[in-house]
Amino acid sequence: MRILVCVKQVPDPNTVIYQIDPQSKRLVRDGVANVLDPGAEVALEAALQLAENDGNSTVTVVTMGPEDAEDALRRALAMGADDGVLITDDGLAGSDTLSTAKALAATIKEVGFDLIFCATESTDGYSGMVPGMVAELLGIPHLSFIRSLEVANGVLTGQRVVALGYQTVECPLPLLVAIASGSHEPRYPALKGIMAAKRKKVEEYSLDDLGLAADSVGESGARERVLELRPVEERQAGVIVEDDGTGAAQIAALLRQRGII
Amino acid sequence: MAAIWVYSEITAGRPAPVALELMSKAAELGEATVVLFGKDAAAAATVAGQFGAAHAVIDPREEYDTHLAPAAVDTLAALIRERQPALLLFATSYDSRDVASRLAARLDCGVISNATGLEADGDGFRVLTPWGATTVAVCELTAPGTKFVLVRPKAFTAVENGGTCTVEEVSGQIDAASTAIKVTDTVEEIAQGPVLSDSKVVVSGGRGLGNADNFGLIEELAAALGGAVGASRAVVDAGWRPYGEQVGQTGVTVKPDVYIACGISGAIQHLAGMKGSKTIIAINKDPEAPIFKNADLGIVGDALKILPQLIGEVKKG
Repeated sequence: MRILVCVKQVPDPNTVIYQIDPQSKRLVRDGVANVLDPGAEVALEAALQLAENDGNSTVTVVTMGPEDAEDALRRALAMGADDGVLITDDGLAGSDTLSTAKALAATIKEVGFDLIFCATESTDGYSGMVPGMVAELLGIPHLSFIRSLEVANGVLTGQRVVALGYQTVECPLPLLVAIASGSHEPRYPALKGIMAAKRKKVEEYSLDDLGLAADSVGESGARERVLELRPVEERQAGVIVEDDGTGAAQIAALLRQRGII
Repeated sequence: MAAIWVYSEITAGRPAPVALELMSKAAELGEATVVLFGKDAAAAATVAGQFGAAHAVIDPREEYDTHLAPAAVDTLAALIRERQPALLLFATSYDSRDVASRLAARLDCGVISNATGLEADGDGFRVLTPWGATTVAVCELTAPGTKFVLVRPKAFTAVENGGTCTVEEVSGQIDAASTAIKVTDTVEEIAQGPVLSDSKVVVSGGRGLGNADNFGLIEELAAALGGAVGASRAVVDAGWRPYGEQVGQTGVTVKPDVYIACGISGAIQHLAGMKGSKTIIAINKDPEAPIFKNADLGIVGDALKILPQLIGEVKKG
């Protein structure tokens, strides 16, 4: 099987303080460390496990981003992906979800696939729109929130997380699966993997390569506009006290006051 | 009046609670039409009328229940092309995100996700979405055609006005390829108890509890208070708790009378799902934890020590 995994480079969610540039109304990325999205690592882990069990599959990681998004690809290659594809073009900066999906889908058509993995949503934008859009543009079904899966005789069977539990779902390939966060524990790249990743192939695609018009994507193709930024109404912090053994009693007193007990 | 459509999921024969919130808002901003697919669509339409919908478009075939998003996308796409409502609202939920994303790609429409506010602006609409913890972006969809907005649960209040709606039954053309997915079984994993999203009291736990077994204290306190159990994303990702208990940006939004956060640091991801609680109580070892900035009462201390004492206090009454 040819397995593709869509990944994203995001500001490190453990260190990032979200600041927005009032001029461009975009996220300030200067001085923020970028990492492979933890959600994408989970999706990649699911793909690698499937490929290992299958024994006759390749895993290709695909990302769209600035030139330095190659770092995220290298991390994915160090985890065990076979090769990478980087979609990069100045004309893609400021792309909305549908433009991002168009660039990914156009690339995926070029590369070819049997099965596509991605995270259910990115850690920075968290719209969760791109997986379904990519699948629609490719004319294939997609399953979201998949937490476990197997493929036999060209049919994928899996568990899909829903509000109160899970659904058992099945669908013939080709298809796209969006993997639920936390469902697979991503492996840590070994030194050998990190060394090997440096020699693995990363192919670049630009808008010209994909036959996408510059005004159909990026900032100029965006279908939404930010009019203004407003500060959030902050809650007033209340009483913060060190527990001196009466913490529980203080909470109970507040609960009585509120009529809860 | 602007035609505003609401795509509503159906749970237990009724529109999903968040869809009722959207219908009430749609009725405030224009003329609300609800779209309901699946075997319980007719029964759900009756309820929709009571919450502001003026019209219901229903397709009561079971195909929609077993084949997930693609079947709904086929029928919705044809309806939107033909009738071109100004605005189409979805909930930010598991199934609606799948429908909205495919539909937007098929119709080449703009879409805004995770909205928490919606305002009329002349002939158009302004959409409010949170950016990080301190900023709300006011956006507009600029592309022509129907605008898609996905709204977070509890952004609006469902208002029961006792009205009725017209009901139109359609029979959408579902493409053969759209029935590729089959749901063969549904399993409920969350124990019976108050529903997290609607409970008056929520007791949540995070990494600070140390391990999954210590969540027993959260369950015990929740039970003593007649409340529901919640969890941070970190502990859901770690496999300590099921996804359905996750409170936050991804997961459930709660607005209970009292929210008790135990061993939760208060990442933006978590705050987004519980900041609207009337009273917030936090227990955390780290005095710098961001959760304290949002708490009405914060106790800097060990949740494992405080929780048993608190359970004792609650049981005393």
